[in-house]
Order: sequence, then C-alpha cells, then structure tokens
Amino acid sequence: MNIWWTRCLLLLPYIGLLYVPFYATRDPVLFGFPFFYWYQLAWVPLTSLLLWIVYRRLPDED
Amino acid sequence: MRTDTDPVALGVFLFIFAFVALVGFIAARRWRPPTLAKIDEWGLGGRSFGIWITWFLLGGDFYTAYTVIAVPALVYAVGAFGFFALPYTIIVYPFVFAVMPPLWRLAHRHGYVTAADVVRGQFGSKTLELAIALTGVLAVMPYIALQLIGMATVIKALGLNGELPLIVAFVILAVYAYSSGLRAPAAIAFIKDIMIYVAVVAAIAVIPIRLGGYAAVFDAADAAFKAKGSGAVILPSSQYVAYATLALGSALAAFMYPHTLTGVFASNGAQTIRKNAILLPAYTLLLGLLALLGYMAHAVQLDISDNNEVVPALFQALFPSWFAGFAFAAIAIGALVPAAVMSIGAANLFARNFWRAHIDQQISAAAEAQVAKIASLVVQIGAVFAVIFLPIQFALYLQLLGGMWIIQILPALVFGLYTSWFRAPALLAGWAAGILSGTYFAYSDGLKPLHAIHLGPIETTVYTALLALGVNIVVAVVVQTLPLSRVGSPAAKTRA
Repeated sequence: MNIWWTRCLLLLPYIGLLYVPFYATRDPVLFGFPFFYWYQLAWVPLTSLLLWIVYRRLPDED
Repeated sequence: MRTDTDPVALGVFLFIFAFVALVGFIAARRWRPPTLAKIDEWGLGGRSFGIWITWFLLGGDFYTAYTVIAVPALVYAVGAFGFFALPYTIIVYPFVFAVMPPLWRLAHRHGYVTAADVVRGQFGSKTLELAIALTGVLAVMPYIALQLIGMATVIKALGLNGELPLIVAFVILAVYAYSSGLRAPAAIAFIKDIMIYVAVVAAIAVIPIRLGGYAAVFDAADAAFKAKGSGAVILPSSQYVAYATLALGSALAAFMYPHTLTGVFASNGAQTIRKNAILLPAYTLLLGLLALLGYMAHAVQLDISDNNEVVPALFQALFPSWFAGFAFAAIAIGALVPAAVMSIGAANLFARNFWRAHIDQQISAAAEAQVAKIASLVVQIGAVFAVIFLPIQFALYLQLLGGMWIIQILPALVFGLYTSWFRAPALLAGWAAGILSGTYFAYSDGLKPLHAIHLGPIETTVYTALLALGVNIVVAVVVQTLPLSRVGSPAAKTRA
C-alpha cells in the first residue's frame, strides 16, 4: 500500500460522520447510550487510530 | 440556579484562582527567554513548544471555557442537534494533520507569525494581507468577549455581583500576557486543563449514577423534549444537512482563527503538530460526554432562567460546595487561557500586518514587539468594555458572524500550499464575495447561522459559513480564469 492510499484513510472520519442518515437512530443501544451517541463517540478513538496509522507511514521530515 | 453566596464554594474558588494566578505568573517569569523584545518570542513563545505544552495549550485554546458552558446549554435546549460539536471536533483533526504541518514549515522557514504574513509571502499582495488580518481581528474579538461571558456565568453562580470581579480577573490576564507573552497562558494551561478534566470526569461519572444511569438520563431528556414540543434526543431527518454542514464548516473554520493558528505556529515542529492531531481528540471525548450534562439537567429538572446556567446549576445541585467552587475556578481559569492567546493572536496581526505593513515599515524588532504588547492590552480592555456595556446578545451575534467571516480566509491561506494557480486578485475577489454574501445571508435570516436553500424539489437548510465559502471559491476560480486577471505576482516557490 503506497503512501497516497494510506493518506486516503484521513477521509474516513468525514464519510462516517457527515453521512448523518446512517447513524441518526436509537437502536442498537449500548450501555444506555442510543446509537446516535455511542457511534459518534466511537469515532473519536477511531480517528486517533487512523491518524496514527498515517503518521507511522510518513517519513520524519522536520 | 442559586445565586446566594455560598462561603465554602466562594472560599475554594478564590483560593484556587489566586493560587493558580500566582503560580502561573512566577512560572511564566522564570521561563522567560533572554529577550522578549522580538515578536516571535513574545507572541509565539520562541516557536519552542513541544508535544505536551502544545497539547495543553491548544487543548485549552480550542476547547474554551465558553465551550464548557455553551455546548451543554445548547444540548439542554435543542437536544441531538447541539451534539454537532462532537463530529465537528473529530473531523477537524484529519484537516489539522494534513494542512497544518506544511503551513508550519512555511511559517518557520520565513519567520511568519500570522496567517496574513503567510498570505503576503505567498501572493505578494498587501491588500490581501490586510484583508486577512482584518478578518482575523474581527472574528476573534467577540470570541474573547464570550470567554468573559463564560467567566461571568460562574462568578454569578458564586453569588458575586457587579462587574468588579470580572475586571479584576482581566487585569490579571492583561498583566500576564503583557509581561510574559504566549508563555503565560502556556504556563497555566497545564493546571487549568487538569482541573477541567477532574471536574468533568467527576460530573460524567458521578451524576449519572445518582440519576439512575445513562439510560435514565436519555429517557428523562426525551420526555422533557416531548412535553416541551421541541427538541429531540435522536436527530430528526429535517436537520441532517444542517447538522453535517455545521460540523464540516466549523471544522474548516476552527484553525483559521488567530488563537488556534498562534498555538500551531508556536509549536517546535511539524511532527509535534501531527502527534497533537492524534492526541487532541482526548478532549473531544470529554466534550462529547460533557455535552450530555444538558440531558442530566433535564433528569434533575433544574430550575434555571438562562440555558447558560445548566453547568453551574448542575454542579451546585449535585456536588458539595467545595467541589462546586473547584469546578467554577476551573472554568474561570479556563477562560483566561484562551482569552490570553486570542488577545496575543490579535495583537500579532495588528503589529505585523497593520503597523509594520502600513505605518512604519522600518520598525525594529523590539519596537514591533512593543506595539504587539500594547495592542494586546487594548484588545483586552475592549473586550471588557464590550461585555460590560453592550448586550450579551450582541457578542453572540458577532461570534456567529465571526465564524462565517474567518472561514473566508481558507482559500488564501490553504490553497497556496497545494497549487500555484491562484493569484492575489482572484483570492481577494473570492474573499470579498464570501464575506458579503455570508453577511447578507445571515442578516436576511435574522442573524441565524442556517440558511434555507431550494434546489428544484429539494429544500434544506445549510450552515451559512459553508455556503459563503462555496461562493468564495467559485468567485476565486471564475476570476482566476478571466483573461484580465492573469496578472499579479506569481505565488512564491514555497510549495511545501
């Protein structure tokens, strides 16, 4: 996988969070949280993970 | 909300506030470089901030005290729609990760301090530079006023009346920023963020247990919205587009502001910024849970007169006095950090892109730093006067317009990093079109951030700032393709 494809991972949070109809529902409920809430909260660690994956593939260029 | 004086809460508040102010003052003075008579040293902390200082500074700067008050207040009032702050503060980070490192490298290589410096260097236009600087100052001023409003809310909850407490807090802020520059807010950002974390984690862990779990909290909010006949716990389909465009537009605007860019430019390297894009979402998780305080307020059926009282009233109702005092001190100190960085960011713009560019081009480095220091005082005094003498609604409207204005600098600041096709006249035309159309939309919609659009059969509402950014980009592209505008100096060969 080249670096260009890795960079495309940065687009996933936009797709996952800006397509609202996918997650604006109550079920499945998790720990009392409707899907609308826990789905969006789950994107926080997921986005950090994606950024970390891209970061690891970048050359150190400071 | 209780507004009688609670001696325990007030005592804890005053002690912590005084202690942090003193420690921060001493720390910032001991941390001073050999000279502060250079704008990079005073206004950018010598571009020396590593991963952790940048994390605390940007965290305190982006997730402001006003956010802590306003997000739960909005969720309390409208429900799921107010939660857009969560996707907003997630999707901002891939943008920061991709765009800010090349921008930092450009600024570092050429000694740029502000966004307007970058634009002048890239496009060689003093007019465009002035437009960018003016937009930054106009957008950040109401933001400072909002921090004061956040602080005033907790001061009121402590039972203190009148403007004196606010003035005292701002004198401290002014002395701080004047004497130590950006190192002052960086020094107290550590303590402030840890305090905010403690207060928020306590709230989101303890309050739901006392209210019967998160399921009970959501049910109570649902019942309250149904009884009220407005608001919803699950976003209705009529608000999908507004929700998504608010999140995207806010994310694109967030790092165009002088205070966030100052935090970025002050870091010591591109890798520091990337690592921060990975680590800063920790604050987002906290913000998402904090937003639910708005629902918890429904679960305890708080009696409040103003939505902004949700957070202080919840702490008063559910925690012992000493902890309420601690949390209020966290919010008040939390207002000082972003307010200081905002005034420094605005002062840098004034000194660099107004004074040095148009009044005194031969200014020495020491005099330039002095102009910035005095400008920071003027900005702070202006904000205090604005909050005391103007209606609060005025600051809120201006803040709303500010978000729509600041996003208009994005093409000029960011496009040049990736293409050398655009020239200054096209970007300036785009900027003007964006500012004017956005202001017109907002004005015709009664100063609301959402604009109704009709595309054939489709009828929907979108975030005005994003719509105006679209106008900006279209105009810039059209003007650039017109034959007469192929003039103007080419972009500097600084594609990063």
